[in-house]
Amino acid sequence: MEARFPMKARITVTLKSGVLDPQGRAIANALHSLGFESVEDVRQGKLIEVQLKATGEEQARAELDAMCKQLLANTVIENYRVELVGG
Amino acid sequence: MAFKSAVIVFPGSNCDRDVAVTLEEITGRKPVMVWHRETEFPSADLIVLPGGFSYGDYLRSGAMAAHSPIVRAVKEQAERGVAVLGICNGFQILTEAKLLPGALMRNTSLHYICRDVGLKVERADTLFTKGYAQGDQVVMPIAHKDGSYYADEETLDRIEGEGQVVFRYCGGAGLGDNGNPNGSRRGIAGVISKSGRILGLMPHPERAADAALGGIDGRLVFESITRELQ
Repeated sequence: MEARFPMKARITVTLKSGVLDPQGRAIANALHSLGFESVEDVRQGKLIEVQLKATGEEQARAELDAMCKQLLANTVIENYRVELVGG
Repeated sequence: MAFKSAVIVFPGSNCDRDVAVTLEEITGRKPVMVWHRETEFPSADLIVLPGGFSYGDYLRSGAMAAHSPIVRAVKEQAERGVAVLGICNGFQILTEAKLLPGALMRNTSLHYICRDVGLKVERADTLFTKGYAQGDQVVMPIAHKDGSYYADEETLDRIEGEGQVVFRYCGGAGLGDNGNPNGSRRGIAGVISKSGRILGLMPHPERAADAALGGIDGRLVFESITRELQ
């Protein structure tokens, strides 16, 4: 069996541009009321950290991509980005 | 032949019993209550995915349930032509499971909204709505935080073109809003599959099925499907 190495991935899930983000808007309003008038827009997302074992980066990426498509992101409304951040 | 129905019960479901009471009253037969750990269930004419907060609504409303073994079994039944009705959380599950187009997002107000809304019946020729008349305006309650229907413009045009929009928010006398309580695209409140056998809606017809509870406008959903499939 091929050796598998522990890896860690950081997955960022964000709403697609054009999809209204009412939570982001509420955060922007709150920042304005705190005096941060420089704020023009806020978009909120999710950060998901996954620890996994994989034979290599390529296999890990393929698997993480499948995880995002099937469960972690709803691609009707969300985009995702996968980063490998070392074991 | 008596009409057979099944209600799927997830941890966090909270409208399963309301649906069961309504179905029993209308069909004369208790539905089979199917716990989420089951992977198969007895044959049924109708499967209902009830409202609630399945699996705590972790990740996204309906996302966990959509990938549970029982929903895989429901998918198989749906492919065989069994009618499926998803109410509120059930609608969220059906979109997450890709049995219906679109997605249900956080209400634009960010509030959990629990009140009656006016609905327009856009299609009175489906399995679930034949008891209504086209264009009927009815009242049912909504109770959700993630009910803002979203699909991209292309998908919206397509489902409108295919006649898949069954219910639309329309406001109405005394309901005090512009008709769209949650920011749904094009005011969409209920969508049916292309096959015409899977309906998802955010309003709760089972909570508007007994005059003692304030209204009976939702009763026709259950009466229609029972009459059609009996």
